[in-house]
Amino acid sequence: MPTESLIGYGAPVCVDSGSDQDGYLQGCTQVKCCPRSLYSLVNCPNFPPQLSAGPAQLSPSLSGLSLQSQTPEALRVVNLLQERNLLPLGPVTPPTPCLPQDLQKINCHPEVFRSTLTSIPQTQSLLNKAKLPLGLLLHPFKDLSQLPVVTSSTIVRCRSCRTYINPFVTFLDQRRWKCNLCYRVNDVPEEFMYNPVSRSYGEPHKRPEVQNATLEFIAPSEYMLRPPQPAVYLIVLDVSHNAVETGYLDVVCQSLLENINALPGDSRTKIGFITFDSTIHFYNLQEGLSQPQMLIVSDIEDIFLPTPDSLLVNLNECKELVQDLLRSLPQMFGKTMETQCALGPALQAAFKLLSATGGRVSVFQTQLPSLGVGALKSREDPNQRASAKDIQHLSPATDFYKKLALDCSGQQVAVDLFLLSSQYCDLASLGCISRYSAGSVYYYPSYHQQHNPAGVECFQKDLKRYLTRKIGFEAVMRIRCSKGLSIHTFHGNFFVRSTDLLSLPNVNPDAGFAVQMSIEENLVDMQSVSFQAALLYTSSKGERRIRVHTMCLPVVNSLSDIFAGADVQAITCLLASMAVDRSVTASLSDARDAMTNASIDSLTSFRTSVLTIQQPGLLAPACLRLFPLYILALLKQKAFRTGTSTRLDDRVFAMCQLKYQPLAYVMLMIHPALYRVDDLTDEGALNVSERTIPQPRVQQLSVEKLSRDGAFLMDAGSVIYLWIGRNCNPNFLTQVLGLPNYAAVPLNMNMLPELDTAESQRTRAFVGWLREQRPFFPILHVIRDESPLKASFLQNMIEDRTESALSYYEFLLHIQQQVSK
Amino acid sequence: MICNRCLCSMVQLSLSYKMWDEVVYLNIHPLSLQIIAFDELKTDYKNPIDQCNTLNPLVLPEYLIHVFFCVMFLCAAEWLTLGLNMPLLAYHVWRYMSRPVMSGPGLYDPTTIMNADILAFCQKEGWCKLAFYLLSFFYYLYGMIYVLVSS
Repeated sequence: MPTESLIGYGAPVCVDSGSDQDGYLQGCTQVKCCPRSLYSLVNCPNFPPQLSAGPAQLSPSLSGLSLQSQTPEALRVVNLLQERNLLPLGPVTPPTPCLPQDLQKINCHPEVFRSTLTSIPQTQSLLNKAKLPLGLLLHPFKDLSQLPVVTSSTIVRCRSCRTYINPFVTFLDQRRWKCNLCYRVNDVPEEFMYNPVSRSYGEPHKRPEVQNATLEFIAPSEYMLRPPQPAVYLIVLDVSHNAVETGYLDVVCQSLLENINALPGDSRTKIGFITFDSTIHFYNLQEGLSQPQMLIVSDIEDIFLPTPDSLLVNLNECKELVQDLLRSLPQMFGKTMETQCALGPALQAAFKLLSATGGRVSVFQTQLPSLGVGALKSREDPNQRASAKDIQHLSPATDFYKKLALDCSGQQVAVDLFLLSSQYCDLASLGCISRYSAGSVYYYPSYHQQHNPAGVECFQKDLKRYLTRKIGFEAVMRIRCSKGLSIHTFHGNFFVRSTDLLSLPNVNPDAGFAVQMSIEENLVDMQSVSFQAALLYTSSKGERRIRVHTMCLPVVNSLSDIFAGADVQAITCLLASMAVDRSVTASLSDARDAMTNASIDSLTSFRTSVLTIQQPGLLAPACLRLFPLYILALLKQKAFRTGTSTRLDDRVFAMCQLKYQPLAYVMLMIHPALYRVDDLTDEGALNVSERTIPQPRVQQLSVEKLSRDGAFLMDAGSVIYLWIGRNCNPNFLTQVLGLPNYAAVPLNMNMLPELDTAESQRTRAFVGWLREQRPFFPILHVIRDESPLKASFLQNMIEDRTESALSYYEFLLHIQQQVSK
Repeated sequence: MICNRCLCSMVQLSLSYKMWDEVVYLNIHPLSLQIIAFDELKTDYKNPIDQCNTLNPLVLPEYLIHVFFCVMFLCAAEWLTLGLNMPLLAYHVWRYMSRPVMSGPGLYDPTTIMNADILAFCQKEGWCKLAFYLLSFFYYLYGMIYVLVSS
């Protein structure tokens, strides 16, 4: 490979951002990634860079070529104890793999497929020396704005390893291609020689399958075990007294009524309802009945279906009956006095009903199941919430839900759980029903229609997204990697059916997956390795499709190259998933120690093996400068923190989210973004569909950065806090909040009023833009000094010291002490 | 006391070669099944749920048989043999105590068995125990021949 092609491409370009207000900043803090032509970049970095570009740095070497003349930007040594401002101005951008330009241009987008190390080590011993985890983070079913769909009579796959043909194969001549995963030479079929896009013959490398790293095939009948199933939805509702009291039934029924025509599906879509308290109620919705008929089964020890069909009916044919039912459900149970809850039998009934076809079950639960099989006891000890020692009861109490989830998975039924309760519900046990059947868990603590109106709005918006988002049924996903690499652990909601085959009864666009890899054989003589994730699913319209993502990464054999290609956000997310597993199998303190040790070990390895000049202080490469900050953020995260009072269900839900959410949202959960919003300007603003979105600078999460005369917005993923300083600019209060002074700010304000002022428009545009970037709806809380939520806002200030945790500087000192040993 | 004496004499009487044979045969058979099963899992031949359903019912009988033999060795005052089997007994107890939460008997959970580290651990365990049982077989065979020859 000629060295000229390395310059400028695949290489992070250094942008000199000058000095900031404090004068701490020296040199470059921002890297720009290559723009992708196929996808709309929502999280676009500050583009174009507004300051003069520094010298273009050469990329780190590929194996064999060693350009040591200049230290690449990623390896620039940063003394963490001295440099205070480590955060980039905008969002943290992923590192670009150093591949030749033509390969990197078509490489898979990092929002879909990302590796913790963008330069793969050549041997396992080299990887062990680097002390960084090797893994992949995937978001395979993400909503994409542009997705090439190929309808081809032949889907070209390698004969031995069954990899789909992808942009990184090599064509030996016009008729033969070499697989990039197993290196076998295959023949190009005759049909593949013709390119329908350009209507030319004899150029197989111009076909869309070989030009796009992400694409979708329409699968022929060999890919179907049975005729594609219709979309089948079953709603299971808790109607005990407790549940009806919270008022969630109104919201669910209203939402279903509004979105009934937007449910993904076609003319075969089926729907059914089950409600339960101490008995199970089925609804006969047969076409021809004048109104829905309720059938009660009270023998919960031995559930049976009261009628063989018409409990699950065709949505289009019986729409009026369904709408009648939805309108009358809230009143039907308005006066109920039943307090018991038989969730286990209800789930068994749901399984029985759907086992013939498969589909999706949405379960709404508001209390601990107390009756029948799967009944749970309250295991939480409120006195242990703030325990500084180990947290108990993070693992399931019974394997009933796990076994039922496995049965469901076998019949292509996925169970989504909505937990709306104010008391302990043993989410650790209940969550299993979703975890192994590829469902999702939604948690709304203290949901109540009167006491918690913000929660109600959040629930409504989430439900709308849940009901209308894209869905895939009876799916399986297989992740393949080049010869020499193997996958050993999987993270996410699914069941591992065989060594690299994941069974996903439902696949939805908001699920993320992670895998850990190891290097079984040394990758000698390989310039690059490839990874392919293939997701075979049935679309809601009954079409069998295969979504294929392929990523290619270079192989390196020097430790400095491995460090140069480290992706700190991906490493943090993978470590978080590993820590969740460790907390459940071993103990929480083990997991916390392991996370701290991960940062210590990697920085020690950098210091001993890569650094040529030993300097005092805590030295880290620029690409890993945020690593200790993220580790500290994880240690203070709700899932792993000790010493601060955390409800067990909240903790378990945070753990579930760390494993389930795709990378972008996990990073917001772990390290929220703090912006100053009382002085928003249009300078450097983004222009998105004719709106001007201001781009304030990301601040450090420290109370030091909060100023009494400002207003600050903290974006924590699922919630947004707007903190108003006591001496806040009255201009801001009047123009944006519509309030005369600080004293008039109410304690529970959740909306920005729509005022006609420029400041109000800018602020609302910014908040709206933040909200648009994620599928769930974050509630906005306006906080002042006496707000009850002030404590949760301040808990996110991870750089500060609390009575149970170190400050960021103290943590760095602790790490430095261990590294220098 | 009398009971114990009876038991001992019963044990002595039943030290026929068939019994020795049963000892090791009964232990080796489920173990080889285990080893084959884990290999099948690794090579994608079978489903983890089915495999765990085949293997789990065999775990407790294997442990109970081993406990039974230890008791027999105790009664027959075979201290050396008992001493050799004590570590295995302790290991069995520890393994069963630290199994994942499950309602039925067994050690293997289909959701975690496919994790490479757990699968590797179970395979290693299978091979080690097979080696131990085979060695014990030859030891008991020697013991049996000795008893037969000297009686």
